[in-house]
Amino acid sequence: MYNSGKIIAGLVVFFFLATLPFLLNFGKANAKIEPSIDTPEINAMPKKHCVEPKAFMRSEHMQLLNNWRDQVVRNGNRIYVGSDGNEYTISLQNTCMKCHSNKKKFCDKCHNYMAVKPYCWGCHIAPKEKEA
Amino acid sequence: MSMNRRQFLKLASASTIVGVGAASVMSSISKGSLEAAQIHPDPMALKAKRWGFVVDVSKLTTEEDYQKCINACHNIHNVPSNPNPRHEVKWIWKDTYEHTFPNTAEDKIMNRELQEKNFLLFCNHCAKPACVRVCPTKATFKRESDGIVMQDMHRCIGCRFCMAACPFGARSFNYTDPRPNIKVENKEFPTRMIGVVEKCTACYERLAIGKQPACAEESNGAIVFGDLEDPNSEVRKLIAEKYTIRRKPEIGTQPSIYYVIGGGEHA
Repeated sequence: MYNSGKIIAGLVVFFFLATLPFLLNFGKANAKIEPSIDTPEINAMPKKHCVEPKAFMRSEHMQLLNNWRDQVVRNGNRIYVGSDGNEYTISLQNTCMKCHSNKKKFCDKCHNYMAVKPYCWGCHIAPKEKEA
Repeated sequence: MSMNRRQFLKLASASTIVGVGAASVMSSISKGSLEAAQIHPDPMALKAKRWGFVVDVSKLTTEEDYQKCINACHNIHNVPSNPNPRHEVKWIWKDTYEHTFPNTAEDKIMNRELQEKNFLLFCNHCAKPACVRVCPTKATFKRESDGIVMQDMHRCIGCRFCMAACPFGARSFNYTDPRPNIKVENKEFPTRMIGVVEKCTACYERLAIGKQPACAEESNGAIVFGDLEDPNSEVRKLIAEKYTIRRKPEIGTQPSIYYVIGGGEHA
């Protein structure tokens, strides 16, 4: 093999650089993504609750929001009865974001991590950032 | 086991019927239909078979009266005021008699005073809307419940077919991002984004909570809002009492805005 010294040295350098991101993070715990619910509005609630239980909201909020959108815009239904029996006005700006007034630490936290870009905020006005 | 052709067909058809039946029962008790019980309209909502307007511009005397109606609408709906007139976005606006009723403007005998006035124009919420027929995504649609011609901004792809179809120029396109041109944002209502068409939605969000449209509320009786299908409604009484015309009825879209052009108290 010609130039074996240079090739092997080059391969070693290449291998080192290619695996550098893995080597640097080796053994470190993955950054935990915890959306914050620490807002004045939520803290003021006697019993903290969303329109549906936390586990449901975590996995299904996109379907719920799509459903809400179609019901309001296309069918004119504005009241949602949660599984707890409470009635809620269907509105992203006036219901969801009234409590979750910390879009950057709530919505964006997971969305950025997952690299999803929902286009809600192209039209809907995000609330003024608040935190307790 | 031996089976002749006839027995095989009997068994196959019976099992198909059982299978399809079970599937439809299962799907009706699964998520989709339970959703309906969880969602309902606000009990305060105003209801009608077909909403309509009667506009009497003789009640608008000063420039300010017109602006009050226009501003009330544009402020609560976050309608941008674009400095470039070619990119103008408008839900309600005023125009001259001859632009409003081009086919009757040659009449020199009728109410001259009225012919010199400006008219308030907005979406006609036609009974047979041309815009709805051409929309390729059903972003604009006619609400079955009350006849409002709605615009679903989530679905609009900005093709502008509806703008070409609308005979009344009631639709505007967002050629630029509207956000910088909104002076004071109403935080309760969304804005629009670049690349969608927008128009008057008959204040569907106010009707849903039992309020009249904003322009009618601000107009001192110049705009009356009500159910065109209800013979006892205020709009029907006005139409019966006074001489009213609609814009471009010959096109056949059956507009729902009636303009009072005479009749007065003696008619």
